[in-house]
Amino acid sequence: MNDSSAQAPEGGGPAITELGQDPRSRARFLKMVGGAGAAGALSLLIAACGGDDDDAGSSSTTPATDATDEKPAASKGDIEIVNYALTLEYLEAEFYAQVIASGAVTDKKIAELAKSIGENEQEHVDALKATVEKLGGTPAAKPKTKFEDVIAGGPETILETAASVENLGAAAYLGQAGRIKDKEILAAALAIHTVEGRHAAALNTLVGKSVVPDGPFAKPATMDEVLEAVKPFIAA
Amino acid sequence: MPNPKLAAPEVAAIEITGTTRQVFIMRSALAAGTVYGLASVGPFVSRAMAQEGGGDVEILNFALTLEYLEAAYYKQALAETKLASEVKSLATEIQENEEAHVEALIVTIRDLGGEPVKAPGVDFGKAFANEASFLELAQTLEDTGVSAYNGAAPAIESTEVLAAAGSIVQIEARHAAAIRLLRDENPAPVGFDEALSTDEVLEAVMPFVKA
Repeated sequence: MNDSSAQAPEGGGPAITELGQDPRSRARFLKMVGGAGAAGALSLLIAACGGDDDDAGSSSTTPATDATDEKPAASKGDIEIVNYALTLEYLEAEFYAQVIASGAVTDKKIAELAKSIGENEQEHVDALKATVEKLGGTPAAKPKTKFEDVIAGGPETILETAASVENLGAAAYLGQAGRIKDKEILAAALAIHTVEGRHAAALNTLVGKSVVPDGPFAKPATMDEVLEAVKPFIAA
Repeated sequence: MPNPKLAAPEVAAIEITGTTRQVFIMRSALAAGTVYGLASVGPFVSRAMAQEGGGDVEILNFALTLEYLEAAYYKQALAETKLASEVKSLATEIQENEEAHVEALIVTIRDLGGEPVKAPGVDFGKAFANEASFLELAQTLEDTGVSAYNGAAPAIESTEVLAAAGSIVQIEARHAAAIRLLRDENPAPVGFDEALSTDEVLEAVMPFVKA
């Protein structure tokens, strides 16, 4: 709960203004997208704030000129959190899809599990995307991924990476729970949070790790920690 | 008239006794789960918590009741059921986790100025007859716990208490997944550990609640 740079401004101005004025949050954001995709990333953020109705894939770099925004601050903060979750789910769904397509996991049962997990993640993508739209925001674009090395590493590497990502995902949701304003969105986030915990426990078991690596109390992760950890999987 | 076939008959084996409001809610939630399946537990608990008006202490005492139930279940299984070493290992770890949850909830409730409820009486029927029946009810208990916590959590007022509840429910979900894996079941059978709230379900379950 210390992502002050990630919170929507109280005053209701668009987050792009804050991003532009705060060198720390701009630096963090650019770091998140690997620098090269800055233009696309900025348009993503503008779009997510509801600044325009264009497809998030458009590469406009013009900041929103209209500083007023009818959406209450609570909704904007929630949109940011849901888009953050959406980005993580896109990564996970894409990972499992690539794993299945590669045929690298030869154990039939484990492959079935990977497929089932991937289907869960795709459901999460669909639901979170719809949530952002319902909130009047623009969903984050599907990131370009870099899983080739992991998949080439073979089944053990794949499962260890999957376990890492799921544990991280669970921690990510736990880290955001206290920041979500809308109760319905909170309920949905909690519903996904525990599913990620299930995935993590199952995969941990398969790679010989503890079902509860944090002990009796799961630890949350901040947005910054998570985005840093998934950076290797996002292509510029 | 709802389908008379019970969705989760094994849940009916769990008897919980006591006079606290929390025990009453727990019994009712289990009844709902028995008839309509575990997915109905969440909204039942949601509604019960919303009706209480007792705030975070009420919710935590409900969680405590659930944790007492789980801790007792695994303790008894470890004492009475012949378990393969892999199962015994997991059951031991889970039991330690649940005891830690009990302790933490008691401390938190006291910190909030509330009075922690006492452990309820419990009876798990024939669940401890063998490893298979133990695992079957264990899975149900953990899935129920996840659904109950997720149902109650949105009513929590304090972000610290919500963080604590979230931190615990994720562990319950991990337990559920591990047990499912041991039983060759899908560890995460649905994409969302959330139930659809229907007033008809909630109204229909009331006749099944033991006084």
